[in-house]
Amino acid sequence: MSLSAWVPIVGLLVLGALFSLFSVAIAPIVGPKRYNRAKLEAYECGIEPTPQPIGGGRFPIKFYLTAMLFIIFDIEVIFLYPWAVSFNALGLFGFVEMLLFIGTVFIAYAYVWRRGGLDWD
Amino acid sequence: MTEIGLPPINYGAITPMLILFGASCVGVFVEAFVPKAQRHLVQLVLSLGAITAALVTVVWQADTRTVTAGGAIAIDGPTLFLQGAILVLGVVSILLIGERSLERGGPFVAQAAIVVGSDADRNQTVRQPGATDIYPLSLFALTGMLLFVAANDLLTMFIGLEVLSLPLYLMCALARRRRLLSQEAALKYFMLGAYASAFFLFGLALVYGFTAGTPSGSGDNGGGVDFATIAAAVRNSEVSPALLYAGIALIAVGLLFKAAAAPFHVWTPDVYQGAPTPVTGFMAACTKVAAFGALLRVLHVAFGGASWAYTPVLGAVAALTMLVGAVLAVTQTDIKRLLAYSSVANAGYLLVGALAVNKQGLASTMFYLVAYGFTVLAGFAVVTLVRDADGEATHLSRWAGLGRRSPLFAGVFTFILLAFAGIPVTSGFTSKFAVFGAASGAGHTWLVVVGVLSSMILAFPYLRVVVMMWLSEPGESTPSVLVPGGLTAAALTIGVAATLVLGVAPESLLDLTNRAAEFVP
Repeated sequence: MSLSAWVPIVGLLVLGALFSLFSVAIAPIVGPKRYNRAKLEAYECGIEPTPQPIGGGRFPIKFYLTAMLFIIFDIEVIFLYPWAVSFNALGLFGFVEMLLFIGTVFIAYAYVWRRGGLDWD
Repeated sequence: MTEIGLPPINYGAITPMLILFGASCVGVFVEAFVPKAQRHLVQLVLSLGAITAALVTVVWQADTRTVTAGGAIAIDGPTLFLQGAILVLGVVSILLIGERSLERGGPFVAQAAIVVGSDADRNQTVRQPGATDIYPLSLFALTGMLLFVAANDLLTMFIGLEVLSLPLYLMCALARRRRLLSQEAALKYFMLGAYASAFFLFGLALVYGFTAGTPSGSGDNGGGVDFATIAAAVRNSEVSPALLYAGIALIAVGLLFKAAAAPFHVWTPDVYQGAPTPVTGFMAACTKVAAFGALLRVLHVAFGGASWAYTPVLGAVAALTMLVGAVLAVTQTDIKRLLAYSSVANAGYLLVGALAVNKQGLASTMFYLVAYGFTVLAGFAVVTLVRDADGEATHLSRWAGLGRRSPLFAGVFTFILLAFAGIPVTSGFTSKFAVFGAASGAGHTWLVVVGVLSSMILAFPYLRVVVMMWLSEPGESTPSVLVPGGLTAAALTIGVAATLVLGVAPESLLDLTNRAAEFVP
């Protein structure tokens, strides 16, 4: 394989670098500046990383539910990806199978939704 | 781009599994959308209907002998017989699980994760109605069991193992009373079960390595984990068999764990005691059938050519299982733990039958599985009835004098215990006779000797309970025996009737097992 095959990837790298540099550079100029307490906290989803009691302390069990929900969709995406790559080869059968799979995952999702798994409080 | 060739699937042959899986999905929907008040009835009807429908389709295709889905699933005599057995025992288990009249709200709680001893927990135990999630969970477990006994390659078998195990772990945690024991049971079962699954997977990988170089179903020389390829490799491979033996050993660990054979039995008493009693019955009957169904197929079809190599080791395991179960049963003071150790000993008897790698061994083991399943379900049905204010009274000392308080149920339980002890006129006698006959036919006389010895030891704890029930005076603390609701009464009647019929006239079922006892190659 000749090196020219890598040109699009190099192009993508350059584009990505340019976009992120541009975003970082332009944000202080055009972004609104409203300072409050939350702006000073660590950028973190979930529990506050500091300060923590010795041994980690206790945290709400709700996080665990969210993590489990994440896994449902995570696995769905992992399954969808190889199917999407070889969609042409798998044809209609693969499509129907994937619909069935998504339908099954949807059932779990509907259960979580109706039983209040998506409400934080 | 080239089309990927799809293996033809015989949908007719896998209908029972599809029905149960569909019904469990509908059950989850019912949990989500049907109002709480009607859920229980809807779920009960749905579960019983689905299992019956699956049973009808199993009977419908009684003459099917085929390997389908690219060699992943074998529908043959043993598969159909064991699937039928699992479904019939499943109906009886669902009857026990569905009982709501013995205790306010039923034997299960809605939220198993509430901190034990907290106000919310006490409130939930005494007042709130129980979860109906148990129905879809049981159906998922039954789906896995049907797949487990039909699996014709090790990977599919592993999937079946997981599908049947995961719901069981959850079901163990749902007991309404003695919440800590129940949570402990679920955690122990889960941790040890995960280990056992890992052992199974390691074994699978080693066996796959052993088959390398053997022509597989797909036409190349890459080997495979389907049983036909493994069997061919066992017969013809010139590779050193060390990989094979290690693989068989690890796979056997995974399967014997589920079957509760010593030394992989340590979870059994804790889990049987902690789990809600209907779930314990479900595990003792249906899981046992599934685990031994898979073990039989692995031993006969995949590794049949190496039976001379594994028979001494598994024979030692069988002897150990029978003796450990029998001896430890003697020391038990809790009826559920006693039945758990009795279940361990019975796993040993089943293993004796399974090790006779011929038609007779297969048929007698299948007969034993059905006979034992009915008896053990009836036994746990009686355990759900003996209650005081704190729920089930399972300590044996509390059962003293029960014969005076309720002669009918003490009589029924006496009959069940005698069946466990293998007294003639019960199915316990005919089934033990069948497996021991098969074992001596296959030349395993020493296993028969150990089996008879351990049965004699095991008769002692059973008879002790009988003596306690009938020959002691009922005291202040003797619990009462509740009048069973319709569902438990039905389950109990079916279990006792089957125990009696299979003891008096076992010919028709023996005939059926003999006709079914042939694997497709």
